Amino acid sequence: MIPSKFDYVKPASVAEAVQALADGGDDAKILAGGQSLIPVLRLRLAAPSVIIDLGGIAELRGIREDGDHIAIGAMTSYHDIVRDDLVKQHVALLGQATETVADNQVRHRGTLGGSLAHADPAGDLGAPALALDAQMVIAGASGTRTVGAAEFFVDYFTTAIGDGEILTEIRFPKYTGWGSHYEKFNRTAQAWSMCAVAAAIKVDGGTISEARVGLTNMGTTPIRATGVEQALVGQPATADAVRAAAERATEGTAAPSDADAAADYREHLAKVLTGRAVLAAAG
Amino acid sequence: MTTTADPTTLEFGKARTRKEDARLITGRTKFTDAINLHGMLHLHVVRSPLAHATITGVDKTAAEASPGVIGVYTAADLGVEGVGLPCAWPITPDMKSPQRPLLAHTTVHFAGEGVAVVLARSAAEARDAADLVEVDYEPLEPVLNMEDALKEGATLVHPDLGTNENATWVFDSGAAGTGSSIDEAISAAEADADSIVLKRRFIQQRLIPAFMEPRACVVDPTGEQITVWAATQVPHILRTMTTVTLGVPESKLRVIAPDVGGGFGGKIGVLPEEMLCVALAQKTGKPIKWNETRSESLLAAHHGRDQIQDITITAKRDGTVTGLDVHLLADMGAYLGLVGPGVPILGAFMFNSIYKFPALKFTCTNVFTTKTLTDAYRGAGRPEATFAIERIMDELAVELGIEPMELRKKNWITHEEFPFTTVVGLTYDSGNYEQATAQAMEAFDYAGLRREQEERRASGDKVQLGIGISTFTEMCGLAPSRVLGSLSYGAGGWEAASIRMLATGKVEVITGASAHGQGHETAFSQIVADQLGVPFEDVEVLHGDTQISPKGLDTYGSRSLVVGGIAIVKAAEKVVAKAKKIAAHLLEASEDDIEFSGGTFTVKGTDKGKAIQEIAFAAFMAHDYPEDMEPNLDADAVYDPENFSYPHGTHLAAVEIDTETGRVNLRKYVCVDDIGTVVNPLIVEGQVHGGLAQGIAQALFEEANYDDQGTLVNGTFVDYTLPSAADLPSFDTSTVSTPATSNPLGVKGVGEAGTIASTPAIVNSVIDALRHLGVTNVEMPCTSQRVWRAIQEAKGNTTQETPIDTHSPGAGLGSIDPNNPQGEVQ
Ligand SMILES: Cc1cc2nc3c(=O)[nH]c(=O)nc-3n(C[C@H](O)[C@H](O)[C@H](O)COP(=O)(O)OP(=O)(O)OC[C@H]3O[C@@H](n4cnc5c(N)ncnc54)[C@H](O)[C@@H]3O)c2cc1C
Repeated sequence: MIPSKFDYVKPASVAEAVQALADGGDDAKILAGGQSLIPVLRLRLAAPSVIIDLGGIAELRGIREDGDHIAIGAMTSYHDIVRDDLVKQHVALLGQATETVADNQVRHRGTLGGSLAHADPAGDLGAPALALDAQMVIAGASGTRTVGAAEFFVDYFTTAIGDGEILTEIRFPKYTGWGSHYEKFNRTAQAWSMCAVAAAIKVDGGTISEARVGLTNMGTTPIRATGVEQALVGQPATADAVRAAAERATEGTAAPSDADAAADYREHLAKVLTGRAVLAAAG
Repeated sequence: MTTTADPTTLEFGKARTRKEDARLITGRTKFTDAINLHGMLHLHVVRSPLAHATITGVDKTAAEASPGVIGVYTAADLGVEGVGLPCAWPITPDMKSPQRPLLAHTTVHFAGEGVAVVLARSAAEARDAADLVEVDYEPLEPVLNMEDALKEGATLVHPDLGTNENATWVFDSGAAGTGSSIDEAISAAEADADSIVLKRRFIQQRLIPAFMEPRACVVDPTGEQITVWAATQVPHILRTMTTVTLGVPESKLRVIAPDVGGGFGGKIGVLPEEMLCVALAQKTGKPIKWNETRSESLLAAHHGRDQIQDITITAKRDGTVTGLDVHLLADMGAYLGLVGPGVPILGAFMFNSIYKFPALKFTCTNVFTTKTLTDAYRGAGRPEATFAIERIMDELAVELGIEPMELRKKNWITHEEFPFTTVVGLTYDSGNYEQATAQAMEAFDYAGLRREQEERRASGDKVQLGIGISTFTEMCGLAPSRVLGSLSYGAGGWEAASIRMLATGKVEVITGASAHGQGHETAFSQIVADQLGVPFEDVEVLHGDTQISPKGLDTYGSRSLVVGGIAIVKAAEKVVAKAKKIAAHLLEASEDDIEFSGGTFTVKGTDKGKAIQEIAFAAFMAHDYPEDMEPNLDADAVYDPENFSYPHGTHLAAVEIDTETGRVNLRKYVCVDDIGTVVNPLIVEGQVHGGLAQGIAQALFEEANYDDQGTLVNGTFVDYTLPSAADLPSFDTSTVSTPATSNPLGVKGVGEAGTIASTPAIVNSVIDALRHLGVTNVEMPCTSQRVWRAIQEAKGNTTQETPIDTHSPGAGLGSIDPNNPQGEVQ
């Protein structure tokens, strides 16, 4: 498959990239790992005139501890996230969700920033980012701003990243000592989620003291299952209590219907998978 | 005496790794798309997005002005409106055969049909310009449902035919005299309190062959012969059919199938694109290349299966089956493929499978719809038949309260009864169903799993266990030419081989059965090494080029070993016979006193001998050879089998079903196949594994989905869900051997066995897991959603399936916004 013709630039810094975006105008497109953009180009669902490859910007890669946050560069690959000790220790849910994305080849190229910026509601990293209250650092011509995950996801493939802006870093509060689990349900082993649930749970003395639950592919954006979270807090971490709380998983969702799952089945899955995710997270 | 092969180290039966793999897996070989010729132009097809429409205008102006474009052509521009692609299997004298054009000129009949082509200096320029060709369409009603298509007043796919019915083909054992009458069997069963009549409808969903290498061709018109490289299974048939289609004399055509990346029947066609490349190469005098994208391949390459099967079985309460009545509707798509109308007919003879049914009637009506045409796909007709019979045997077992394997045993042909002439008049030469079944049941731990199933049912486990059986046989090794003639098939079924003994003792084997991934080069080398007593490494197998192997009928229908391999044996026998004459002459002995073994000709009772390589050199030098022969050991053979090949086997599947989500998890798969003697067990294992994956995929994963406008909605590998190794368990495969008596090697075909056998084993296991919950059927593919809905329905919960409003989630396509289906991403 052959994409339409485009120009290619490879800036060496964020400032250069922002400049290239400004120069490129409406038609410029950022290239991160290419695992979504390249198929889109090859299927000619998009035909940008210029591609700005962020692959040459070292400062956008890497995972570091920054006080009570873990800061992850937008160009950090899935592969690096899955193996990182800081992630394992403080934002385990992100690593668990990342491990379910596609296969090794895709995980070597795909990036956290690319996935969040792409904002496919079936993407696996939106729900954990939302559940964990990630902060998105966005750079533009007038400097840098930070947007919370709740405001970041706007609609199908639409985020708070404006024209001429680049997502540079994703900052996660630390969830050290929490239990977590990403429960993914898909058609074949390496396919996208029909529905998935990201859960991080804090259990104190057998009682759930805090709960974060995010849903994948239950609406036009990742969705925070606040009803479930509220129902869980103060409950014992038992199967019955968790399943009862999970019944609220469909509150605020707008499940799509596709060939794999119509809305009613997705809603049913959301409840079952929420129960499983929370129980697994609670250990 | 020179070196001789050690007779104790026969090649036959050795698990050799394949000699072709190094070049295939390192990318060293050249597939068709890697062939680049000086001055070559590139073809891109402009395809209809609509299933059924009148073409009201084609504006080529912008495309013609696009950089690098040589020309944009419709059928009229090329003067090919009158050219029709061939269908070689008129199954009935009154079969309706619409002409399939190279490019649609007045009406498009399926989404993906070509309307125009762009020729440009590069593939990218051709692709860019194709977007600029503006075709105006007046939409017509699509024809999608076979039953509706046959109703009075239905929209007609081809109005000039006056009907959407292509043909109706009937076999009736009563009328044919091969068995008794089904009508009598049904009335007798209805009248008898100790008999039952059971009816079921099964749906064979539409599948896409999904070979790894998309289709491609390169045509070079610059020599005396027009050379065509094509990613095809059938270089010889393609050559003859190019002559039939375009009138280019056969002697002016050379067709080469270089290494070809899979086919599964999907590459047996004669393609409009191939013919367009030939026509344009002739017109421009330049080499032309065409290569399709994966989505074009899924959309426009022929599909497989797609039948509605109405089955009636009659039986005594003790389980003895008294008759089978089969009514099929088979979707041909918009036109007839090369052998498309005959595919369901290949199944006609297999509905009785391994059983001794006294009466069988088979009625198949082929139907035109505005979908992609269907044609052969791995198993071609036989998977469909095997599915129906093995499903209804399970249904009958439930109805009669008989253990499903016991019911099969009660009806199958016992090993003492071979050769056995079946109710459809085929003679099964050999087999032992008892042996394969006993071995499979033991490896499977059938009794243990049944116990576990009981326990899970009793405890109401949310994960339920199901066990599925498929005891199958099939007819392959296509085929005895006279039988094909009696079925009005447009060709014979022989295969050709030649052996050339080179001066230095090396051997070239030429076969007309050209591989596209099966491993012929290795298996055929093993056969020849034994036949001639030469080292395996000294044998080179040449194929797939009409200049090198001028004669052949190619690779499909599990025929390469049982037909092509036997042709090679026949040629080798001729080589040995000639060499023996020369050996006798040189050894100054009578020919009757010469023995041949392990590559050496010896004089009986002496240690005088000559190696076959020495004889080859002597024949080359030709200084001293018998008066009454030519100085030549080379030999040709054409082998026309007398019978089909009937491999069989017992396949057992255990699935776990998560009743909360409906997910089916294949836990265990055991199969014991009887494929006669085995040339190379490693190749056999590979064939069985791949076959199983494809058969299981029909049961659980794959389906070509069309929307109500006739658009294929899963035209990428994101949503046409092929399973990967991660979706399948480790298979437990093994073989037993009841040698075939119909050929000198005792071999049977294996290429399609796994696909034919596995689908019903899986679906039977899915239903077995759920039967106690009240579930009686789940359509294929048994997706988690379908299983969940079946469970809900059985519980009396009505579920409301909302219409599809998004594409499946997926790479790049993502969850496409229904309001913005072009999915312009942010
Ligand atoms: C076979 C396959 C299977 C897959 N399966 C899954 C799966 O199971 N689950 C899943 O979640 N994903 C899956 N993916 C998609 C994968 O996660 C992609 O990598 C991801 O969606 C995009 O990340 P990327 O780095 O490749 O971005 P790219 O493809 O390079 O870019 C994606 C989009 O984001 C924009 N963008 C990228 N980076 C930035 C930035 N820093 N600032 C602003 N905009 C930016 C681009 O312009 C583009 O529009 C799969 C992909 C493939 C090819």
